[in-house]
Formats: sequence, C-alpha cells, structure tokens
Amino acid sequence: MFEPMAGLAAKDRITIQVDGRSLQVRKGISLAMALMEANVVPLRRTPLSHAPRSPLCLMGVCFECLCHVDGRQNIQSCMVEVVDGMNVRLANGARRVEAVRDA
Amino acid sequence: MTHDLVIIGAGPAGMAAALAAAKLGLKTAVFDEQSRPGGQIYRNVGDVAPQVGRLLGSDYLHGRPLAARFLHAGIDRHLATTVWDITPDLTVSAIAGGRNFQLRAPQLIVATGAMERASPLPGWTLPGVLNAGAAQIALKSSGSIPSGRIVLAGCGPLLLLVACQLLAAGADIAGIVETAPAANRRAALPAMAGALLAPKLLAKGLAMIRRIRRARVPWFIEATDIAIEGDERAEALRFTVAGERKRIAADIVLLHHGVVPNTQISRLLRVEHAWDDAQQAWRPHQDVFGETSLSGFRIAGDGGGIAGVLAAATSGELAAIGAAYALGRVSFEERDRLTKAPRRALRGQLRIRPFLDALYRPPDWITAPSGETIVCRCEEVSAQEIARMVDLGCLGPNQTKFFSRCGMGPCQGRICGLGVTGILARELSMTPAAVGAYRIRSPLKPVPLAAIGCVPAKESETPR
Repeated sequence: MFEPMAGLAAKDRITIQVDGRSLQVRKGISLAMALMEANVVPLRRTPLSHAPRSPLCLMGVCFECLCHVDGRQNIQSCMVEVVDGMNVRLANGARRVEAVRDA
Repeated sequence: MTHDLVIIGAGPAGMAAALAAAKLGLKTAVFDEQSRPGGQIYRNVGDVAPQVGRLLGSDYLHGRPLAARFLHAGIDRHLATTVWDITPDLTVSAIAGGRNFQLRAPQLIVATGAMERASPLPGWTLPGVLNAGAAQIALKSSGSIPSGRIVLAGCGPLLLLVACQLLAAGADIAGIVETAPAANRRAALPAMAGALLAPKLLAKGLAMIRRIRRARVPWFIEATDIAIEGDERAEALRFTVAGERKRIAADIVLLHHGVVPNTQISRLLRVEHAWDDAQQAWRPHQDVFGETSLSGFRIAGDGGGIAGVLAAATSGELAAIGAAYALGRVSFEERDRLTKAPRRALRGQLRIRPFLDALYRPPDWITAPSGETIVCRCEEVSAQEIARMVDLGCLGPNQTKFFSRCGMGPCQGRICGLGVTGILARELSMTPAAVGAYRIRSPLKPVPLAAIGCVPAKESETPR
C-alpha cells in the first residue's frame, strides 16, 4: 500500500512477527507504516460488522491502526516504532478478554 | 512544585513556548507523544533523509533550527510520553514506557495543534483511503509514498501541497478532485485585499498550481456527489462535475478538507469554546497570552484556532511571556515590551487567513453529511441514523451516545465530533454553538488499568 520513494538510501531490515508470520520491515519507521509497506491490508476488522479498515490519519487521532503489540492491546501502531522481534497480532473483530499479565 | 510550567506538545508552538520560557528563567517540562520534536508540521525534521527534506522544501526545513535549539536548551523533555489526563488544578497524568506519573505546575501551555477535518463520504472507511496529511506524514517520517494510482479529493492548500510533494517524490497521481463550491470564490473576493498583503504566500499557491498543471494531472473543480468504490479496499473515486458523472480508478484516495483545532484537552478541562463560522470549527476562548477561561491554562498554536505554523510559534512565545508574568517573573512594563514584536508579527501572519478560510470553506455535505455515509467510524453510525435520533428526541451530541454509542469508540469523538454537531444543527435548525459538542473525559488515550492503578496517591514524581 506504501513503498519507499525511489532513490532512498536502504534502511536496515528487521524482523517482526504478525499473526505468527515473519515480516522483514525497514528499521526506524512506525509499526503502521511498516505494516502498510508490507501490504498488510486490511490492518484490522471492526468489532461490529467486521468491516476492513486501515490507517486514516497516521498521527494518533483516528485509532484505525489499533493492534495488539507484545501482549498489550489497543496500541496505536502509528505511534510506536518497529523493533526487532516485535510480536504483533492484528485486531480482527471484537477484543477478547484476556488474563491480566504483569504490568 | 518542581516546575513553573508544563507544556504539552513539541511542535512549533510548544517548542517556541519552551524556548521563550527558558529564556525568561522558567523551569519548564515539555511532553510529547512522539519520540522526536517537531509535531506534525516539522515531523522528523532533525533526522529526515536529505532528498526527502529537499522535496518537502524550505518551509519544512525552516523547523530544523527550532528543533535543534529546543533539544539543546536544557529543557526538561518527556518525549514518547502520552498525556492521558489533566485535572482542573493542572495536574498532568502521563505514561511513558509503561510507567505512569504525574506532574503539576502553576502554568500549563497546551500546544497540541490541529488535526485534519474528517471527510465523511460514501466509502471513506475503506482501506486505501487516508487523509492527505497522512501521506505527507509517511513522507516526512519514513520517505514512503503510496503505491499505485493516487487520487486526491477535497479542498485546502494542503491538498495541493501534498499533490506537489508526491509528484516530486515520483508518485503516480491519477487525479485531483476539488470540492470547494463555486460560491467560495465569490465569498473570498472581499478578503482578497488582506491576502495581497501576504504576497509570498500567494506566490507559493500560484507556484503549486503551475507545478500541478505542468504534470498534466487530470484536475477537476467544484465536484459533488463524491463516493469511493471498493469492496475490501478502495478501487475508484466517483464524482459529478458540471452535471457529468465521472470515475477515476484509484488504489489510494487521499482526502482533505482543511485542518481544525484538536480540542480534546480544552474540552476535557471544560473551558469556554466558541463556534468559529469562518473555520467551521470550535475555538477555545483565549486572551492575547493564550490564557483560557481556566486560570493558568493557556493554549498556543493551532489548537486555539487555525492560523498556520509561523503564527503557532509566535503564539507559543506570547503564551510563555504570559506565563512568566503570571508567575511574577516579569513586570507589567517588561511584559509589554517583550510582547510588542511578537504581536506585530502575529498580525502579519494572520493576514491571509480570512481569504483562505473563505476560499476553502468545506461544502455542507462534508460538515453535515447525510444518508448512509458512516460518520462515527469506531461505532459505525451513519449520518441518517444520527438524523433519526433527532426524530426520537435527541437534543445534543452527548445524547447520541445513549442512542447508539456514536462518539464512544476508541477515538473518543475526535473524528466524528464536528460531523455530529453539524448534522444535529441541521436537523434541529439550530446553530452549532447552541447544539454544542461532545463532553470529553479522561483517559484521553487508552492506558492499561495496571498503569492507572500505579498512580501515586499524593506526591507527584518526575522520572528523568
């Protein structure tokens, strides 16, 4: 859905897990950008109608890019940078109640 | 208390306020959700790749020295920190790296800026439909451009600027579809005199128009009946121009209908707001020094009304001077002396605004949508469902929540708020001011319950 513009110096690649799948993404960009560059579309499905959604604003306002990141729910993926080994679960439908983990 | 002043937001207004406050000897703490200063307008300006910086241009790179000075002024910075609550005694609750803390100072400057007005249209919830500003953020933050055919739709200077920047970045623009009604041009004429006093800005506008013409991008004006087609993602934009139905195939649709103040914090603190008809948005009441109806709480930058990046920095400076005076650090005479230059600068920076507001006033079908168009994206509530609530006796935006959860999803009404007020005003034949806005409550952003549970009961603490 997005791609680095032509002629951009190649950034180092890191590996993240998305729903159990390994993805090579550019280092230093936001998780939402990384997922869009990896063509992860839709990024989530709505709790009500399971409609497909992807980021709208990329600035922390629209909450369309919510993901589960490293066991934490409701993370705005446009507001966090990707890190090597990051474990992402896409928010498909309504959230499940999960056991409380250590804070 | 450990600090004289807390500033929220490290964009142009917040950074300028922090630098002015430091100069006046105020012990200042600055919070920002991003890990780097700059806000959205100067996003990533200190680290941007050289060729991306070049194509974004001098207006963007203008922020680089400001960001550099901010980082080297010995200001207490809390970056990558999310503010989730502020109480009327100005205690700020924030979370950083999973750790929650509070900080309170006698003066608070909120410089959280603007956000893009929502563009509720049929199909705007489809993947591949983004705000035009989002494409610019992708460019600034990661040198990334949309893949495939791009159509831009809406109105406002940013729509054309993003088109120019994407062209320069090698993106494939399949069309520009402007929605500003013909009446806007007539309405903007009386404001032309003011605009002519800002010739540099007008010249920039004309240069953008020439750039787009040179690229021979299909360009339509006064479009209506816009709808985005697609099933699992955007496939095309349909619209009507001069009575003729048109369709442009598109992989990405970028929407823009101007920017509006982000009023989440000013609404949370229940200060007075007025409806700004020219900007079709709320504007918190402020004095010259940014102070709201709550003593000690100031707003700097576009969060107090859209005035642009240069005015944002100037208003930040004025807010810091006001804070220093309120704290007794500068005398009345000294305050007046310090204020002269920024007040004069601000007058110049505001000159073109009435012209732009009139020329790019969003059409009624954006500010008060109708039919099956989704307005509340989070809870999937359509415009006609909101209109039907009025038939059932709904009197204002806070009641729509009871009828349908409209405005109660994760975005907390940020996206649908203005549209819901617009629809209710139309259906009730009332002014937006009389209809009012959503009441905003803490938490401003999702926070883990465990973090709230760890808030120290009394004494505030400040991690470094």
